[in-house]
Amino acid sequence: MRAPRPAGGITRRQRFLRDRTLLLMTLPAVVLLLVFSYVPLLGNVVAFQEYDPYGAGVTGSPFVGTYNFERLFLDNRFWEVLVNTLVIFFTQLVLFFPIPVALALLLNSVLNDRVRAWVQGIIYLPHFFSWVLVVTVFQQMLGGAGLIAQQLRERGFGGFDLMTDPGFFKFLLTAQSVWKDAGWGVIVFLAALAAVNSELYEAAAVDGAGRWRRMWHVTLPALRPVIALLLVLRVGSALNLDFEQILLQRDQVGAGAAEVLDTYIWWTGVRTGDFGYATAAGIFKGVFSVLMVLLANKVAHLLGEQGVYAKQ
Amino acid sequence: MTAVLVDPQGVRETPLQRIDRTGRRPVWEEEPTRIGQGLKGLSLVAICLLVLGPLWVVLVTSLSDKKTITEAGGLVVWPGTITFEAYEALLSGGAVTRAALVSVGITVVGTLFSMAVSVLCAYGLSRPGSFAHRPLLMLLMVTMFFGAGLIPTYLLVTGIGLQDSYWSMILPSALSVFNILVLRAFFTGTAPELIESARIDGAGEWRILFTIVMPLSRAVVAVISLFYAVGYWSQWFNAMLYIQDSDKYPLQMILRQLVLQHQVPPGAMGQAVSSGALSSLSVQMAVMILALVPVAVMSPFVQKHFQKGMLIGAVKG
Repeated sequence: MRAPRPAGGITRRQRFLRDRTLLLMTLPAVVLLLVFSYVPLLGNVVAFQEYDPYGAGVTGSPFVGTYNFERLFLDNRFWEVLVNTLVIFFTQLVLFFPIPVALALLLNSVLNDRVRAWVQGIIYLPHFFSWVLVVTVFQQMLGGAGLIAQQLRERGFGGFDLMTDPGFFKFLLTAQSVWKDAGWGVIVFLAALAAVNSELYEAAAVDGAGRWRRMWHVTLPALRPVIALLLVLRVGSALNLDFEQILLQRDQVGAGAAEVLDTYIWWTGVRTGDFGYATAAGIFKGVFSVLMVLLANKVAHLLGEQGVYAKQ
Repeated sequence: MTAVLVDPQGVRETPLQRIDRTGRRPVWEEEPTRIGQGLKGLSLVAICLLVLGPLWVVLVTSLSDKKTITEAGGLVVWPGTITFEAYEALLSGGAVTRAALVSVGITVVGTLFSMAVSVLCAYGLSRPGSFAHRPLLMLLMVTMFFGAGLIPTYLLVTGIGLQDSYWSMILPSALSVFNILVLRAFFTGTAPELIESARIDGAGEWRILFTIVMPLSRAVVAVISLFYAVGYWSQWFNAMLYIQDSDKYPLQMILRQLVLQHQVPPGAMGQAVSSGALSSLSVQMAVMILALVPVAVMSPFVQKHFQKGMLIGAVKG
């Protein structure tokens, strides 16, 4: 019997035959991705067309060059929406981001295993709720007929409806995101904390560092790479706010405050039928997001962190 | 995209974890002060109440009779008379029952479909040095960075005639590349000696996958199944985009209509609500409970798996 030849020594054909079962296994997923991710990627060509939804479709509509982009960039409404998106994003970033870190530090300091498991189980829960459910829960608590308004009315105070207040909207969104996902965000930081070598704590304690100094000099440096990585990813998806969350409340709050890039694309495309214009906005969003990731990663490198991908 | 990957090797038990298992603190750590302990306990309770409080109110109101709701002036915090009539009205046929069945169907079929395709793909790409596995991985990962955008996807789905089909709620978001990568990381971590010895004993790839790799990866398969199932159960946007026929609405659509848009449900239940025989508030709350019960019941079973095995992996290149 001959010994099997090393992998490098066999021809492509032989490797293909050897791995044909494995390739067959990947086939359904590849087909799905080609149809539902790559074909639409090509479908972005609509941005350069005068799209005719009833007759010609994507293949037959006439090309109009950069006409749709010109319309987009000359449209005041588009820039307003973009600014609004960024304002909501930065509000969320500043008010949301520290909370999982703080929660993780708090949980990590709980020595009793069972208490910790219970608290974790409870704060993870809302992550699995749909946005419809989260928004309805908030509606029942903070809305005009909600619990807080109801309690206030019983005590003789006036009306109160945070759900329809355009000025409050960005904070409302942040509160909803915190309620839904802050507990879930804890997992990453807890994992990073569990990986800290406890001899570092011991050494710091021997050197006379108290509880807070140990947190400052041991715990937080251990979290730094994770925080940097998550920030980069977050900034990269700046224009990708939780679409369902905002769309669900768009009617209540009004398009003035609640319109973000995604809902704008949905409205101008699906609702008013201006497909070329909406696709152009979608392309703008995609390009902007990639640029933001590259930029944020650059900043992370400058700060001495690894970011998403390592320095070349 | 969250940057959480399940670590194939599992997290090592750190010394700190060993300490709390025995319930003792390390000698170098100071005794906690009474005030500190009290504040910590208080904040933990407050955090849990913020999550559970609203759910409690929703549950109690859904179970209250009309008189209790009227006396409370709306939402009920302290339970009075308990009744199941809202649930009986919802589940005795009609729009809500049908929507719940649609949601269950989509969740079951969709999860099985997604898991089958994902597990096969992940295993097919898990062998180092296999034919074309690098280009195929690239093909997968490109979709994580370059989304196609809403409009082209919409045009495709409607263009291939999926409008008003249950498949429009399954196929467009059937695969999560992220989930496939997590599964693949686990499969790659399965001991190569086991696979090698199975191959010597004459097992083919299918057999190795189902009798060796899958049983060893039960934890991650459970977690990923939950992720997919929750995705299907929570899905509202695809339904809103592609489903016009209200007979095919999933539960999330009904929930939005009833609570956010204050629409009265059609049929006998709607009459009972508008004639005042049934409290509309308890009906709304009961629909909310229906929408949250499956995930609230499922997640604790899977929780122990993701509590111990999550680690930063970010985007692997």
